[in-house]
Amino acid sequence: MSFQCEIFDPSVTHGQSCGCSAHSVSAKAGDARLSEVVRSAALRAVFPDARQRRGFLKAVGSATALAAISQFLPIETITAMAADAPKALEKPDLKIGFIAITCASPIIMAQPMGFYSKYGLNVEVVKTAGWAVVRDKALNHEYDAAHLLSPMPFAISLGLGSVQQDWQIPAIENINGQAITLAMALKDRRDPKTWKGLRFGIPFDYSMHNYLLRYYLAEAGLDPDTDVQLRVIPPPEMVANLRAGNIDGFLGPDPVNQRAVYDGLGFIHILSRDIWNGHPCCAFGTSKAFIEQNPNTFLALSRAIIDATGFANRAENRAEIAKVIAPANYLNQPEIVVTQALTGTYADGLGNIIKQPLRAGFDPFPWDSFGVWILTQMKRWGQIKGDVDYAAVANKVMLATGARKQMEGLGLAAPASNSKTFVVMGKPFDPAKPAEYVASFPIKRT
Amino acid sequence: MLTKRSIWAAPMLSALILVLFLATWQLAVRDTSPTAGMDPEYAKLMGAAVNTGKSAMPTPLDVGAKLVAAVMDPFYDNGPNDKGVGTQLAYSLARVLLGFGLAAIVAIPAGFVIGMSPLIGAALNPFIQVLKPVSPLAWMPIALYTIKDSNKSAIFVIFICSIWPMLMNTAFGVAGVRREWLNVAQTLEVSAWRKAIFVILPAAAPTIFTGMRISIGIAWLVIVAAEMLVGGTGIGYFVWNQWNNLSLADILLGVLLIGVVGMALDRLLGLCASAVTWRE
Repeated sequence: MSFQCEIFDPSVTHGQSCGCSAHSVSAKAGDARLSEVVRSAALRAVFPDARQRRGFLKAVGSATALAAISQFLPIETITAMAADAPKALEKPDLKIGFIAITCASPIIMAQPMGFYSKYGLNVEVVKTAGWAVVRDKALNHEYDAAHLLSPMPFAISLGLGSVQQDWQIPAIENINGQAITLAMALKDRRDPKTWKGLRFGIPFDYSMHNYLLRYYLAEAGLDPDTDVQLRVIPPPEMVANLRAGNIDGFLGPDPVNQRAVYDGLGFIHILSRDIWNGHPCCAFGTSKAFIEQNPNTFLALSRAIIDATGFANRAENRAEIAKVIAPANYLNQPEIVVTQALTGTYADGLGNIIKQPLRAGFDPFPWDSFGVWILTQMKRWGQIKGDVDYAAVANKVMLATGARKQMEGLGLAAPASNSKTFVVMGKPFDPAKPAEYVASFPIKRT
Repeated sequence: MLTKRSIWAAPMLSALILVLFLATWQLAVRDTSPTAGMDPEYAKLMGAAVNTGKSAMPTPLDVGAKLVAAVMDPFYDNGPNDKGVGTQLAYSLARVLLGFGLAAIVAIPAGFVIGMSPLIGAALNPFIQVLKPVSPLAWMPIALYTIKDSNKSAIFVIFICSIWPMLMNTAFGVAGVRREWLNVAQTLEVSAWRKAIFVILPAAAPTIFTGMRISIGIAWLVIVAAEMLVGGTGIGYFVWNQWNNLSLADILLGVLLIGVVGMALDRLLGLCASAVTWRE
């Protein structure tokens, strides 16, 4: 009954096991037991009669017996298959929407690199024009799951800027990997205090980009609502808008930043890791309804995504990933641009080659405290009116406990707690005191 | 002598204009001098625009090469997000024809009713006048929200934009049928149904086809914009996808193909219209 005990049920108290027998065994022990079951089943198939079987085992010894059977029965393969398809998948053919940016690397590459098929899924990854369209197609259930900005499942779950549906984050896709890119004309105007009146592109209202740019501007004393203009521009259109002079810069995702440099249109002012090192950006999101209707498919899918995310996080795999996701079917960008964004050895647009291996990272763990921070910024900028129970909403959307189980099962290091403190531009954030955090900012809309 | 020259003069002049245009284009986008003294390691990370001073605008030869490649292999399939231009055009045409067909099914009978009954015409007029000037793309968010399917929404947008010219032209043509013919039909006690099919329809056919011709032109204009918005497939998506990559040569190829297909659609309905045109 291992997959019916709702290990992803957010109502299960964190840190406490779900109580079913399957989860009391560690993943390794589970695997060993599985292969034992397969072997004994194979033995039984060859000698259906119990007396004969025991006689045979006694005569030749169990190890020899097993070796003999392995000759004509591919036990390894059978074991692997039994592990990969624990339960029948309710819906093996899935459609997942993505925006053509490197944040989606794990979601995209899981298709050509076989992470979905490894878990018995046949996934079509569909390129989508912008975040509003991804949201609408996800809400329509045209997509079974989607690459979303991590604040989006919160906005959708709260009914902000869309109809209310319960959406959840089984895994964060990427950390860092964004940057503030400015037009070349601003290369002698790097101090944000002098940016009054400029126009900046952000990908969506409910995006980390919006919150990080607002945070950065507000720290420099600018009111992001009155002193500058923030325009929503889908990431793929940002470079074209910078070229056309519609905006003076943007806080955008990669490889968009690097593409602006590549074409000589802009330079990378700062990386988003300079604002908050380790911040989440995009998330893998799906609806609670999908999870409830397709529990086995969902488990296989989130395992595939977490597996791919773990693979993407290893620096030695980045060049290969860039090669796989650069073609027209996915990002449609020159490979050298994607490689620079993913490896962190890049041209900054001002004539320097910068080596910053932490430019992009992929960490699937959906920290509750990330959710709390996102909610504080929604509150700070007036997107959330009235009171909000920060911890409860974050806990409902972020499936941290489930992600931990999956990560441990895949041999990835998972944190023991669902919450952590972190520092944004030198200011510590304590997830236990969200209201005090919001109140501490001089520039806010509350 | 004069007639012979006039047959050839226009195409010759067209060809001359084309050659002049292409030559100007080729000259206008010549490479400028490359940026001197750049670190070779750095140069490797940068694009052609920075390295060789190559203009972002492609030359006619670049576009020609794309065109040849597209014609040689129009239906390739590299996955759901990268298909050949032939496939993309087929998707767009299918959407346009479906939306346009549905619009014709609704607009032509409705136009008949409006044209034949001044009362209904006057009653519906305010609604038509308000809805007609609305940009079809403004319907897109509403369609996506209510229909909950992006492909059907695109077809709906085509439907809504092609309905008005057909409706107005049908109503106009039906209302403008000569009084005498209707009187003759009445004298001969022809049933209303027969009158509509055998008297009014042939009389109004040229006007109806003019409406259809306007409609298909608008539909073809709108599908490109609609596909840019919903994405996935179609020639509009192709142009959008190449815009994201700032590949102007591919965009120009798309523009050329959109123009050619639009012309073909217009000619097709033009031929239909001239087939039903009558002279007194």
